[in-house]
Amino acid sequence: MSEAAVALPAPRLSAGEALAGWMLTAPAAIAFVLMLLAPTLATIALAFTDYELGASALSWIGLENFAELLQDRGFGIALRNTILYVAIVAPASVLGGLALALLIEAGTRGRALFRAVFFLPVVSLPVAMAAAWQYLLHPTIGPLNAALRTFGIAGPNWLSSSDTVLISLAAIGVWENIGFNLVLFLAGLTAIPRELYAAAEVDGASRAWDRFRLVTWPLLGPTTLFVVTITMTRAVRVFDSVAVLTQGGPNKASEVLLYAMYEEGFTYFRLGYSAAITLVFLAIVLALVWLQTRVMERRIHYV
Amino acid sequence: MHGISVEGLSKDFGGTQVLRGVSLHVAAGEFVALVGPSGCGKSTLLRCIAGIEQPDAGSIRIGGREVTRLRPSGRDVAMVFQSYALYPHLTVEENIAVPLAMRRLNAAQRLPFLGTLLPGTRAARDTIMRDVRQAAESLGLGPMLSRRPGQLSGGQRQRVALARAIVRHPAAFLMDEPLSNLDASLRVQTRREIVAIHKAAGVSTVYVTHDQSEALTMADRVAVMQAGEILQIASPTEVYADPQDLRVATFIGSPRINTLAAEAGADGVLRVAGQAVGMRVAGSGAMTLALRPEDMQPAVAGLSAAVEGVEFLGESLLVHLRHASLGTPLVLRLAPEDRDTLPPEGKVALRFPIARALVFDGAGKRVAVHALSPEASLV
Repeated sequence: MSEAAVALPAPRLSAGEALAGWMLTAPAAIAFVLMLLAPTLATIALAFTDYELGASALSWIGLENFAELLQDRGFGIALRNTILYVAIVAPASVLGGLALALLIEAGTRGRALFRAVFFLPVVSLPVAMAAAWQYLLHPTIGPLNAALRTFGIAGPNWLSSSDTVLISLAAIGVWENIGFNLVLFLAGLTAIPRELYAAAEVDGASRAWDRFRLVTWPLLGPTTLFVVTITMTRAVRVFDSVAVLTQGGPNKASEVLLYAMYEEGFTYFRLGYSAAITLVFLAIVLALVWLQTRVMERRIHYV
Repeated sequence: MHGISVEGLSKDFGGTQVLRGVSLHVAAGEFVALVGPSGCGKSTLLRCIAGIEQPDAGSIRIGGREVTRLRPSGRDVAMVFQSYALYPHLTVEENIAVPLAMRRLNAAQRLPFLGTLLPGTRAARDTIMRDVRQAAESLGLGPMLSRRPGQLSGGQRQRVALARAIVRHPAAFLMDEPLSNLDASLRVQTRREIVAIHKAAGVSTVYVTHDQSEALTMADRVAVMQAGEILQIASPTEVYADPQDLRVATFIGSPRINTLAAEAGADGVLRVAGQAVGMRVAGSGAMTLALRPEDMQPAVAGLSAAVEGVEFLGESLLVHLRHASLGTPLVLRLAPEDRDTLPPEGKVALRFPIARALVFDGAGKRVAVHALSPEASLV
């Protein structure tokens, strides 16, 4: 048999079909280009210019913005603070969410209540909640320090001291994220077949920790991976609480990436420089997503 | 050697009594099948024996030890689940090793990386792997040791579950419908393998199934369960030929046993549709006369049943009839060459040996029969 006889002709669309295909995808494609692709490309382009808001002209300056970033002490602090913030918020809210999910799953009563209570911060308005935190953490009238005073401890000035401000913001971040992670973990837990726990018991996993190691933790793998990535990206994006509570202060002790970007762009109107910060932010988020899809996913799905 | 001994087990799920004082004794090395319709409590009974469910009342002894209040891990049993319940993240080898690792290694030795550095871990792991390989080889799993359950067929997963059960030489095997997820031909083949494994291991086995052919072919004794009770426990032949309860008679046997409404007078003479059928029973009142399809023959005299259809099954014929005066459907099993004995008009009389007649009283309990003649016919 000749090769030509074996090879099947590739299916060819008629011109009409192709046109219909383009027309059907057009609304989504246009929205994608206008809302996502064009702004992203514009930001990338802006990052290589000295454009300032309201300026009538701009010039191409190559990598100068990025060179300045390397020298910029403020940016260095923002990057370090963001990494520190993520390093606290991500593990604490992932492990905390998992622990709470396991507790709620193991309990017999009030599941819906606890789920709702811990999920409330996720659905509440971050700015309004930040105002509530401002009151809670207030050095003189705040309930937290009032409680500490009854034990004879002089509470620090949580949001105005450069020693505690990042920790305080991270605590708020944990509070905001833990309910979301909890709900994701609860969903993941219900997907684990009950029979595996019975099998583990029969196989000799008599302690709760053994069953957690043998069944729960490995089978939660895909959920955990998703929760870790989503929590890290959410934590890298921290902005609301910083903008409302500290404006990056005191003395840049709570300066984070997105707040630095906002300040450069909309306080100092240096849009080109601000775009360069955005690109750094984008690179971090993309790296996290890549880590999830490429490196980890292969080791966590079993079927 | 001791077997499994269950005494007066009761279990209540939210107001429904799933087990009503069940007692079951499995001799050392015996294979007992629990069979019954779904919802009869057979799986619950098995899970109580395994310790996955806690009974409300009653006691369980396994291998001579009182285990009622012990956790599953302390009972020295192995269980095969309907879903196989393999750990999806572990390879075949690791899956089979779990029961050994859990018992022979302490928590520190089981730690990844670190555990291997502890004294004794290497030697213990080596013997575990040797035992695992041996169990895997005996089930033909040798070439699949490094695969994950997701890469195996249903039959192969089933073997891994079996290997995980036999690797530890437990005091009892508990199997919960292990074949029901397999296709028909594989099921018949695996039946024989499970029986062979049981013979080789000589371990007391409780096997739950809803499939009576599995129960009858595999078990030393069959326990027929219904509504949370064991109705009868006896050898497969006895359960089939000598059922003590009408529900056992109707559950065991395919096609279903023929049942005819009957009446015993004060003299004990049994009548079907007003006609005496040649026997006297102990008792009086409403009775049920039950006859296996193969225990009835077409007779020449009388015209009592209309033939509604004939099914050819290869080795036998099933003749579907309807009793003329009672309207009851009846099934007759004949040898294929006996087709000619059916009269051409489609009407047939039936005769049966009294010795094969099973009579049950109004409560469904078997009553003794005294034959007045060797044979009777239904007219």
